[in-house]
Amino acid sequence: MTAVEPSTDWTRKTAAEMAAALNAGEVTSVELTQAHLDRIAAVDGPVHAFLHLDPEGALETARKVDEDRAAGVELPVLAGVPVAVKDVLVTEGLPTTAGSRILEGWVPPYDSTVSAKLKASRMPILGKTNMDEFAMGSSTEHSGYGPTHNPWDLERIPGGSGGGSAAALAAFEAPLAIGSDTGGSIRQPASVTGTVGVKPTYGGVSRYGAIALASSLDQLGPCGRTVLDTAMLHEVMGGHDPKDATSLDEPVPACVEAAMQGATKDLTGVRVGVIKELSGEGYQPGVEQRFEESLERLKAMGAEIVEVSCPSFEYALAAYYLILPSEASSNLAKFDSVRFGMRVEKDTVEKTMLATRAEGFGDEVKRRIILGTYALSAGYYDAYYGSAQKVRTLIQRDFAAAFEKADVLVSPTTPTTPFKLGERIDDPLAMYLNDVATIPANLAGIPGMSLPSGVAPEDGLPAGFQILAPAHEDARLYRVGAALEASLTEEWGGALTAQAPTLPINTAEVAK
Amino acid sequence: MSSLDRSDVARLAALARIDMTDEDLDRLSGQLSAIVDAVAKVAEVAGSDVPATSHPIPMSNVHRADEVLPSLPQERALSGAPEAEDGRFRVPQILGEEA
Repeated sequence: MTAVEPSTDWTRKTAAEMAAALNAGEVTSVELTQAHLDRIAAVDGPVHAFLHLDPEGALETARKVDEDRAAGVELPVLAGVPVAVKDVLVTEGLPTTAGSRILEGWVPPYDSTVSAKLKASRMPILGKTNMDEFAMGSSTEHSGYGPTHNPWDLERIPGGSGGGSAAALAAFEAPLAIGSDTGGSIRQPASVTGTVGVKPTYGGVSRYGAIALASSLDQLGPCGRTVLDTAMLHEVMGGHDPKDATSLDEPVPACVEAAMQGATKDLTGVRVGVIKELSGEGYQPGVEQRFEESLERLKAMGAEIVEVSCPSFEYALAAYYLILPSEASSNLAKFDSVRFGMRVEKDTVEKTMLATRAEGFGDEVKRRIILGTYALSAGYYDAYYGSAQKVRTLIQRDFAAAFEKADVLVSPTTPTTPFKLGERIDDPLAMYLNDVATIPANLAGIPGMSLPSGVAPEDGLPAGFQILAPAHEDARLYRVGAALEASLTEEWGGALTAQAPTLPINTAEVAK
Repeated sequence: MSSLDRSDVARLAALARIDMTDEDLDRLSGQLSAIVDAVAKVAEVAGSDVPATSHPIPMSNVHRADEVLPSLPQERALSGAPEAEDGRFRVPQILGEEA
């Protein structure tokens, strides 16, 4: 194929624009899907956002959507728009590893509810995205298959655990992606890649078929480059599922409507609470500067800015790193060399299990399983796990009091712009601090969004703005987020990701 | 509260069914000890008057409709197994020679 420059680079469009163009007959799903597969071939080598690609499956879905559209069949709103799926979701017929060597080559015999919903929505699945092993990490450096690199600077982390999904968006390899957020794994990668990500209310999206990390914290959610795109995917993913006992039996929030309302830039009467404890020491000056500027923009659109205090947040990180390992140590007991995944054969089943888990799990997984085993063991349970659960109550009370004074709460998503790969890998405690602002939402089950607030002046790298809302009020995130985005992109002349440096193109792959 | 030493980590690793070399124990026990010291602060604020929260959105008695639904066929349930025989998961012997 000769490299004829197409008149429109479809990979640069928003998902909403792609959906509209498909409807208007300006492009086919096969063309859109192929454009993204070509882009992946051209740039994913050094980015490494994907663990597995499914070009045939994606193009087959696209072809059928095009045929049905031509035949006048009524189609779901995102039909034909490609999507990338975090490797934490089981996908029938596609390898699923959760970033772990212990599941290398495993092909699940069933679909997660979210995978099934993407298929029912007729969205071509491009492939599975890289992640920290079992979603334990904030940099994807704990992936069993090598790290993902940040498209803004290939020497820097793309965040984690959903660094693959966020990098795929920032590199224009996919317009939409699925994430999972246990302590910030959707929001922190969005922050450091200049993209958008939402953790819905706990129970808002079914977790059936999502490989569990910490069951009282895990939530699946949508990732996109714009607030509206993210809202559209949220509505596809959400809803009650009898297969997940924690699934909320209530209608999906009206995310798209809220995003459209927000885009009119009228926030009259909206009370925005700034969380006092999530600023100051440890927060990079440029991140705080962009945050303050964003607050001014919200104010200019009619919002009332108030300060709120959440004193128990000081204990959130500690509580999280007891609750998460405790639940993970139990959830990961299923990797026993018997029913699926790796087996390192020894003469007895117990020795086989010991050897398999030694070889199959990476260091961070081992650390957290041991920590969880300790926190749950006799004599320590009350002091550790029991106390952590009490802290959880205190954090919920802090949020309840704060939401008396404000409709949404805000903070920087993560204290810094992306750091260099390798910088914190040997210092687990420094790594854990990435999630200090995102963890409280998981402990309380409330929804949260991260969207770009700009690039920090000192390093030119993306900073994120976090919005939190009370449980069940996910729509508020989209209203306030879309308003801020509209105000910022007016000044930038487009999405922040358009400012990311050009990635090296692998011409050998492109020529194929 | 005491922090973790090397022998604690060895015992916990055995409970969690993860083989550890001496090198693993050297590397992980120092890190784990620092983490345990950092998280122990939860006990400072958790008074006896504070109830515990196990799930963020409380729910109880969640049932689905009592209907028979299709389940995975045996062949597919076994499809990912490292080893299967006669429609069952096959494992190495359960008890060692010494048992």
